[in-house]
Amino acid sequence: MRHLLSAADLSRAEAIEILDTTATMAATQSREIKKLPALRGLTVVNLFFEDSTRTRISFEAAAKRLSADVINFSAKGSSVSKGESLKDTALTLAAMGADAVVIRHQASGAPHRLATSGWVRTPVVNAGDGMHQHPTQALLDAFTMRRHLAGGGEAGPDGIGRDLAGAKVVIVGDVLHSRVARSNVDLLHTLGADVTLVAPPTLLPVGVHTWPCAVSYDLNATIADVRPDAIMMLRVQRERMSSAGGGFFPSPMEYSRRYGLDGTRLAALPEHCVVMHPGPMNRGLEISAKAADSPRSTIVEQVANGVAVRMAVLYLLLAGGTETEGSR
Amino acid sequence: MTTYLIRAASVLGGERSDLYLADGVIAALGADAADAATTARADGVDVVEIDASTLIALPGLVDLHTHLREPGREDAETVASGTRAAAVGGFTCVHAMANTDPVADTAGVVEQVWRLGEDAGWAQVRPVGAVTVGLRGEQLAELGAMADSAAAVRVFSDDGKCVDDPVLMRRALEYVKAFDGVVAQHAQEPRLTQGALMHEGVVSAELGLTGWPAVAEEAIVARDVLLAEHVGSRVHICHLSTAGSVDIVRWAKARGIDVTAEVTPHHLILTDEAVRGYDPQFKVNPPLRTAADVAAVRAGLADGTIDIVATDHAPHPDEDKDCEFAAAAMGMTGLETALSVVVAAMVDNPEYDFDWADVARTMSTTPAAIGRVAEQGRPLEVGEPANLVLVDPDATWTVDPAALRTASENTPFASDELPARVIATFWRGRATVLDGEPRARTDVRA
Ligand SMILES: [Zn+2]
Repeated sequence: MRHLLSAADLSRAEAIEILDTTATMAATQSREIKKLPALRGLTVVNLFFEDSTRTRISFEAAAKRLSADVINFSAKGSSVSKGESLKDTALTLAAMGADAVVIRHQASGAPHRLATSGWVRTPVVNAGDGMHQHPTQALLDAFTMRRHLAGGGEAGPDGIGRDLAGAKVVIVGDVLHSRVARSNVDLLHTLGADVTLVAPPTLLPVGVHTWPCAVSYDLNATIADVRPDAIMMLRVQRERMSSAGGGFFPSPMEYSRRYGLDGTRLAALPEHCVVMHPGPMNRGLEISAKAADSPRSTIVEQVANGVAVRMAVLYLLLAGGTETEGSR
Repeated sequence: MTTYLIRAASVLGGERSDLYLADGVIAALGADAADAATTARADGVDVVEIDASTLIALPGLVDLHTHLREPGREDAETVASGTRAAAVGGFTCVHAMANTDPVADTAGVVEQVWRLGEDAGWAQVRPVGAVTVGLRGEQLAELGAMADSAAAVRVFSDDGKCVDDPVLMRRALEYVKAFDGVVAQHAQEPRLTQGALMHEGVVSAELGLTGWPAVAEEAIVARDVLLAEHVGSRVHICHLSTAGSVDIVRWAKARGIDVTAEVTPHHLILTDEAVRGYDPQFKVNPPLRTAADVAAVRAGLADGTIDIVATDHAPHPDEDKDCEFAAAAMGMTGLETALSVVVAAMVDNPEYDFDWADVARTMSTTPAAIGRVAEQGRPLEVGEPANLVLVDPDATWTVDPAALRTASENTPFASDELPARVIATFWRGRATVLDGEPRARTDVRA
């Protein structure tokens, strides 16, 4: 693994290696001294062209706990807003001696351009690009699911070495604009899970029929028929209902009635089914407070696992694998 | 003045003949050509002899859709650099699109562009006039003034923007009948394509790039052929790109509607799969479509549903392409690769019965007829204007963006090996290209 650009690029073995490494990292995080010396002397740059304090902090914590130096570069108040291009920003950071670049960008494919255009020679980690991919989110979701669905027995609480074969996962919401949905469909498929996407037809992309998953417009029927092991509620932006925002659905109330995880639907889920959300949540729109705060919700746990997953990814890219020579 | 004796060229890929070019016309053909050259030489006239025994002679190519960028974006292309590239690509006439800065929406601007072309001396420049003032789609530009100007505009287009207001489109279709003009529509329903970056389909869904649905083109094509029928006008469809559009135009022609359509070389050979690497060199409008669409436009070109190939040559400076996909400009150069791409997609393709005479028809004769360019696209016969191109059908060449003569390097064919090479181009009897190299005019016009 030279870069982490898309969940679709990961083989089953690579994905399991990352999840197993995540388990190791997570274990160290319950110790009193959380810091590991693995990346001492290396510099990780967080290049954020799009606001996301949550994701940036998660990557920052991950790098720091591996003893890397961290430079945060955010577009707000930087030269980017004055028209400096991604290319020039990348060249500047490369000249400053970055060893890895974590990039968040509103343009789909920007991390891919960064990794393949010759602007930088370091590993590139995609921290979310436009409507395309958010691979570390998919990895932390898979890690969380594996813990709950495949953990226990001789594989230990983290399900070491296991995939998600046969796990039934339902993803609900704005698939069209969601990099989380795309990344999850790719990774969960690779890990053997059966994925069903549920959304109003306006929030599904043309071409979704070619994805390795089932598609439904009906959440109640899907809960009844699929009997999911995990249900993931995607964030829906309220602006999407206005005609300026595309007019994707008539009103938040109607969306909530048809696709929100309310108390009734929560009760209809199998007892072991976990409730997931990548955050930040719109309580009362796609997820009720009752569901978000229920014992089966893994939403807070996902945040903690996010740090461990990002530690694993940075570790494997910068210190771990055999294919990362030259990255130092 | 230099004259040319072209030896044993295969005319339109058929029988071989000598051609003697003098005084701006084809002065003699066949056995008479050598005699005429001998006589001329005896009179002290300079005769350059060209061995064309492995070459094909076609009428000079005519492009109905070229962005020369001047005035306004001389950093991307000028009339001189663009027409020089055209000559290297085998063209003797190009239609310069109106989306310049200022927009070519007045007699003054179209005359300026026309004069720049005459002065540069590489190829005939036929300015396209804007349909609406400033391409804003609000009110008709002074189409009559442009038609009556020295530029004698006959093709009108808001290319880059669609004339989407149906009433305005109707008026334009009607109005240009007074001077035998034609409206060339850039068919793109604007509301269906807001923020669109690539063809909407399987690939856009995966890449997370906002889609440009085929229906946004087809809806306008369908509307406009019906409008043309209603008012009894002719209409031309720019860069038709979808299978559905081919069907609609085929239906319209069967119904007797006076519609013509063009396809670009890139839509004949590239698909949306090329966008997977997020390389902005493949960002173009209309976008690259699916393999099924490519098959449909090829079939449409072969059966005459699509009348012509037009390049949509759209040069952009590096900084507009060396960036993330969403930020990049749309468009690709095409003048120097067009003929080779058509050969690769159609002539060398055993699936289609498409020969060199079809190349002449779709890249010279018919575009000249649509643009009402009397002196272009003529048969290679005695007394006709000496506008022709000699092509080596067996040569191959590798595209080097920096070596192309256009002022910009945004070709999607970088490093590709393409068939067929332009060896010589003659415009008004003068060699603008010899041995594959452009030859600047030495006799400066007074
Ligand atoms: Zn156009």
